[in-house]
Amino acid sequence: MKNEWPLWEVFIRGQHGLSHRHVGSLHAPDAEMAVKNARDVYTRRNEGVSIWVVEARHITATNPGDKGPMFEPSESKIYRHPTFFDIPDDVGAM
Amino acid sequence: MYAQMIKTAGTGVKPREEMTPEEAAFQDRIDADIKIEPKDWMPDEYRATLVRQIGQHAHSEIVGQLPEGNWITRAPTLERKAILLAKVQDEAGHGLYLYCAAETLGVSRDELTEDLLSGRMKYSSIFNYPTLNWADIGAVGWLVDGAAIMNQVPLQRTSYGPYSRAMIRICKEESFHQRQGYDIMMKMAQGTEAQKKMAQDALNRFWYPSLMMFGPSDKESVHSAQSMAWKIKIDSNDELRQRFVDQTVPQAEYLGLTVPDDKLKWNEERGHYDFSEPDWTEFFNVLKGKGPCNTERMNGRKRAWEDGAWVRDGLMAHAQKRAARKVAAE
Repeated sequence: MKNEWPLWEVFIRGQHGLSHRHVGSLHAPDAEMAVKNARDVYTRRNEGVSIWVVEARHITATNPGDKGPMFEPSESKIYRHPTFFDIPDDVGAM
Repeated sequence: MYAQMIKTAGTGVKPREEMTPEEAAFQDRIDADIKIEPKDWMPDEYRATLVRQIGQHAHSEIVGQLPEGNWITRAPTLERKAILLAKVQDEAGHGLYLYCAAETLGVSRDELTEDLLSGRMKYSSIFNYPTLNWADIGAVGWLVDGAAIMNQVPLQRTSYGPYSRAMIRICKEESFHQRQGYDIMMKMAQGTEAQKKMAQDALNRFWYPSLMMFGPSDKESVHSAQSMAWKIKIDSNDELRQRFVDQTVPQAEYLGLTVPDDKLKWNEERGHYDFSEPDWTEFFNVLKGKGPCNTERMNGRKRAWEDGAWVRDGLMAHAQKRAARKVAAE
């Protein structure tokens, strides 16, 4: 393999008050260039007020095969949602 | 439609009883409109076909900058120049979104570029036609981007997550492209006699190459049937072509221009226009490298890759040196 520029994942805050959201990726030699490239590739139409970049190799992700053990346990815990509890109308807003 | 004649890997749609349990579960997910993501299991043929399709699409966006870039320095006004620059920059961005989507399938950016330069991968036939004058820039935006949109809008629903997300971004930006092209055509068509003639001439030259963008009829193709079952192809080539003609003919009428097809006629019964097929011999010749600009386009891309090598290497060396210095200081 040759000297290919590493891959960076790009996160953008769309407007003030919102979280940064993953928008895509790009190649760049270093973090500074990654931010500059992200500006040109992902915010040409006013899509952002702030950019984060992180080299893709630093991201740890869940394995799709573990989806069951990872996420299914929360499915059965419906008492974690407020709608689980019946509160009489007479009580008023709660 | 920037991906043409994509060879679907495999031998056609596999009957369910011949599928492995993994393959059946995969097909169930697609049938239920659940997106496939990079780390999910997928059949090798699905992966290979997607690399070809997304790669060709990305190459087309990049090579597609060349015919339009040709007119940036010669745009008639500063405003037109700024608009054209923005459009060409968008095409670069579209190429990058798509390359990134292809890379999630396990192919590297450099491999994709090298496959384009060696001729192993193709780009859309349309970019092998020249842009001879300013009216051509109008025709490219109106017709070529118009045809691309026909294909890209349904592909937003494609089964592969990264491809679908790239398509959604691209579609948001693409309608600016078509409108700027039509705006140029309106100006020309409502201008002097000479300008009107240029507009008509551009339509004459770009009409059939635009129809070719959808590729030859694939209604009998087992490969297309497989790609449709995988939802990486949503409509048949003929359906997309018909949709494009139906949408474009009234737009040409509004401009007062004539579509260069004697057989073009509204068919009340079908509720569609009847029209002539493009010359498919010409299409296959262009694909084989015998179009008017194939050599020029490929040379342009090779030159950019070779001349840019020292920049890519230099920036990388600089980044590595700085990283090493930082480690040493800590």
